[in-house]
Amino acid sequence: MIEIRIHGRGGQGAVIASQILAEAAFREDMHVQAFPSFGSERRGAPVAAFVRLDDEPVRIRTEIYEPDGLIVLDQSLILQKLVDVTQGFKEGGWILINSSHPPEEFAGLGSYRVATVDAAHIAVEHHLGSITAPIVNTAILGAFSTFTGLVGLEHIAEAIHATVPVKPEANVAAARQAAQSVKVLDAQAAGR
Amino acid sequence: MRMVLKGNGAVAHGVRLARAQVISAYPITPQTSIIEGLADMVSEGKLDAKFIKVESEHSALAGCISASSAGARVFTATSAQGLALMHELIHWAAGARLPIVLANVNRAMAPGWSIWTDQNDSLSQRDTGWMQVYCESSQEVVDSVIQAYKVSEKVLLPTMVILDAFFLSHTYEDVEVPEQSMVDGFLPPLDLPQKMDLERPAALGNLVFPDRYMEFRRKMDLAHDLALGVWEEVGREWGGLTGRSYGLVEEYRLEGAELVFVTAATAASTARVVIDAMREEGIPAGLLRLRVFRPFPAELLRGVLAGRKKVVVLDRNCSFGHHGIFHQEIKSALYGLPDAQRPPMYGFIAGLGGRDIRPDDIDGMLRGVWEGRITDPVSWWDVLEAKDPARAAVVMA
Repeated sequence: MIEIRIHGRGGQGAVIASQILAEAAFREDMHVQAFPSFGSERRGAPVAAFVRLDDEPVRIRTEIYEPDGLIVLDQSLILQKLVDVTQGFKEGGWILINSSHPPEEFAGLGSYRVATVDAAHIAVEHHLGSITAPIVNTAILGAFSTFTGLVGLEHIAEAIHATVPVKPEANVAAARQAAQSVKVLDAQAAGR
Repeated sequence: MRMVLKGNGAVAHGVRLARAQVISAYPITPQTSIIEGLADMVSEGKLDAKFIKVESEHSALAGCISASSAGARVFTATSAQGLALMHELIHWAAGARLPIVLANVNRAMAPGWSIWTDQNDSLSQRDTGWMQVYCESSQEVVDSVIQAYKVSEKVLLPTMVILDAFFLSHTYEDVEVPEQSMVDGFLPPLDLPQKMDLERPAALGNLVFPDRYMEFRRKMDLAHDLALGVWEEVGREWGGLTGRSYGLVEEYRLEGAELVFVTAATAASTARVVIDAMREEGIPAGLLRLRVFRPFPAELLRGVLAGRKKVVVLDRNCSFGHHGIFHQEIKSALYGLPDAQRPPMYGFIAGLGGRDIRPDDIDGMLRGVWEGRITDPVSWWDVLEAKDPARAAVVMA
């Protein structure tokens, strides 16, 4: 079973991202489970969503405390230390961050596989959200596909069509662009 | 067809497939997306039903009672304070013997305000004459809504289909949504034997004098007895059609189990993982999942639990001043067993107000009891205990 935690801010689409990811993995014939952190959401406040993927039906029904992978929709959560995103994170896990910085900038987080993608810039280019509040959830899932190899890009595209009610084409285009531009930290080159 | 649905979506699909004709409902978190889903289905022409928007839960159920009295297949959904506000008519629906199906998303009662899960809302309706089914997965939700109509319409009692707030209501998972043609074969159109009929005028809900009231109540109790067998029969028939059989309870790894964990709803799903790990270690643990709570399968539980070494019951509810409610009921069911056959029981109250029940929690309860470290008949789990309980009991801070 693969357990993924998605961190973002209210309004960035973390919950929808978890849903698209589940829809995409479902198209890979996996059993899926996706859910939000069970609070009252406020725009801009830190939020989390969770995804479990497995070849077997998923029986565990709790929040995810020890994720295998992390998706961070807003780098400020890390840079301003608003949320301990790596809490309970398994060593050797992967972390994908929406950031204009190269992944090396985040090498200090720990012994993880790190990747970054400028999903905010890509979202703005495709007119998803506004310049100040871009909706980055679809772009980052394109990067997720390339980085983790867990779900094919075509299934991400299908899942976006099944899940996103507005501008599905622009969202798919953003995902495709992000899939090409994700930067993965070369752990050896970074001396780790 | 396989789809990714959240628990609330599974309810809506079940209601659509059952071809409910009247939906009368009022929104409340965490139920709201059930009736939003149904409103979409009605507006898009996917469900040929009258959707009545009302001004309160009391009126929501009044709408269901009226439409059901006229012979329509009806549905409503609610949670917590909404269910409590329905309470007067909850009794009415059962007393009038109307086969209404209601989805209750378990939500803790206020105050303090909570939108998260526990079972005190539905269990406070235990003695109203409604049947209650507690679901563990979205698959069971869609299947149980359809089965509930069939059982309700056979025994003329209303059914509450119950699912945990968020852990089920807002969790997306893959679900096999049955085909309409199959459901149509399983659940024929409703033809109530007694209903409002312009050709045969009658008065409903009349004054009943002491010489007859008890007979009506006796019939309700007999209908519950009858329903035990009907749930089993309908669960088997569903299994024949879909490969997914259901019973009054579900037994998981109970062969040779000396330590039995009993619970309902999503906590039972998580418990499977714990039971598997304990079995791997050689601890003879098993799970008994409560599904149909009313009618109460006392005889069945007695048979399954007789002779076990220890029984642990997890209640996501509490009857204040006494035990967890499932614990009480199971204990009373075991009363008739001879001493040597009657297992000692250990109750845990946990997960109230949506507190997470993790595998470690269930493991801690089971291991504590199995190793003899926990001997209290009732324990509150994972709770901050006060140094001075007598003072804490009356100080609101």
